[in-house]
Amino acid sequence: MNPQATFTFGRALRLGLLCLGALMFLAPYVFMLSTAGKGQSEIFTSSLSLIPQHSFFVQNFMKAFTRVNMLGLLFNGVVVCCLILFFQVLIAVPCAYALAKLNFRAARLMMALVMLGLLVPIHATALPLYVAFNNLAVLNSYTALVAPFSISVFGIFLFLQFFRAMPDDLIHAARLDGMSEMGIVARVIVPNAWPAITAFAIFSVVAHWNDLYWPLIVVSNQTYATPPLGLLYFRAAEAGDDYGALMAATLIITLPLVLAFLFAQKRFVEGITMTGLKG
Amino acid sequence: MVEATYPATPLALPDLGAARQARTAWLLALPAVILMIAFILAPLAAVVFLGFTDFELGYGSFRFVGFENYAELFFDRTFRQSLWNTAIYSAIVAPVSLFLGLGIALLIESEKIGQSFFRTAYFLPVASLLVAMATVWQYLFHPTIGPINAALQLVGLTGPNWLGSSSTVLYSLAIIGIWQSAGFNMVLFLAGLTAIPRDLYAAANVDGAKSGLDRFFLVTWPMLGPTTLFVITISVINAVKVFETVKTLTEGGPNKSSEVLLFTIYQEGFVYLRVGYASAMTVIFLAVLVVMMFIQYRLLDREVHYT
Repeated sequence: MNPQATFTFGRALRLGLLCLGALMFLAPYVFMLSTAGKGQSEIFTSSLSLIPQHSFFVQNFMKAFTRVNMLGLLFNGVVVCCLILFFQVLIAVPCAYALAKLNFRAARLMMALVMLGLLVPIHATALPLYVAFNNLAVLNSYTALVAPFSISVFGIFLFLQFFRAMPDDLIHAARLDGMSEMGIVARVIVPNAWPAITAFAIFSVVAHWNDLYWPLIVVSNQTYATPPLGLLYFRAAEAGDDYGALMAATLIITLPLVLAFLFAQKRFVEGITMTGLKG
Repeated sequence: MVEATYPATPLALPDLGAARQARTAWLLALPAVILMIAFILAPLAAVVFLGFTDFELGYGSFRFVGFENYAELFFDRTFRQSLWNTAIYSAIVAPVSLFLGLGIALLIESEKIGQSFFRTAYFLPVASLLVAMATVWQYLFHPTIGPINAALQLVGLTGPNWLGSSSTVLYSLAIIGIWQSAGFNMVLFLAGLTAIPRDLYAAANVDGAKSGLDRFFLVTWPMLGPTTLFVITISVINAVKVFETVKTLTEGGPNKSSEVLLFTIYQEGFVYLRVGYASAMTVIFLAVLVVMMFIQYRLLDREVHYT
């Protein structure tokens, strides 16, 4: 039986369900786009018409860019995500290599530490960290936004799994060539670990671009606000009912990751499933 | 998905002396160890310790108060409400997004048309900024100008005041939560489905499982066991950690009816600066996570591996 050729009732039902579901899942995006182009009066009168009668796209986007420093927010988001990712990889890769390929007595204890770390979200450590950062007077800085995430036990865990599967002969050969252990990590392990590093990068950037909890705690002004926090400020400034401008702002802030996702879908889905361990 | 396997000790490499190997290993792991202590272990110990004190930010001294904070929590109506709301929210979002994710995955798997389009469509919310999309949902849910109530009006129904009424706010937040997480579960189930060997279905067919439903209960569902367990844990943990939508849309209101665990901790600790009291709440939050992880490990132990 060729499933492509037959078009049974069951199949029509299946397709219908999938389409209906997809429509419901995509509806928020459609309304976001449509409302971002509407003027105040049109938003209040005809909420179900999708094409704006008078285009207010330019005005709404102007508002979104001027009421808060939108480019500054996006810049902060990029800086924070890049710094976090840089330190996470820099610190987790050598550690995972040591745990996977070197013999040392503390390895078991460290594994236990990693497993414990996997269980502890930032929400649990936020209070003491906040008190400490407050005492050190580093609140409202990139340092405060980045430092607690410089260690990713999840990164260690993921790389560890990946490195274990790497053949020992590879490392053996590098040692015979007189390479130092540092050299092996930088020139043998990392080039061979790109799939794991890409997956981890996607996971990390998605998590930290979207994070609201920690930035909300350590940042209290627009200078260092990340995109989610900036959107909260924007909502406060707009008193929440200029929906046209609000939707334009949401569009600007959502777009970078959504575009990245649409262009590198396969990698995204892989990355997220591979790293699905941590929520 | 990552399957955890730990050999007792990693393979020793023959061409590096034991002492030198241990020294190098320590050197490579040292930055990570220091940071783990600084940002995980020490704060964790501190949170447990602070939970036994009346520490408030801005006051110089603090007292050791034993279990006073926990006793106060027990009678704290806001906290109890918050625990209850979190439980209700999780009890809705976790199972619904699990079965929705499974359903979508099964439909996509069995339908050859538009597979990649549907996968993208359902997964898009996972990759979107939740704070931003919550704002869109606020507009959709708006009682007078929102499209949802406008559509209901067309068929003669009066929609509720979704996020504005204490009887519906938790359900409205749950809808957003389900919308946001179903795609994630779908992707995990799709990965689980591709791992099922095809010949099992042929075998089931021979055994007389003629209908799709028979095959599902005979092959698909049992084979998806480990995936399902994993999805359950992730879904529950994520649901318990609900914060963004509450902070953005309701601030726990109206009338504390959407007060959830992390939001209450945030308010007490970072707005009212009652660090000691909020630490005690955090310990309870952690205990909830630990219990759920423990249940998962116990179930995994008992789980039969079919392959």
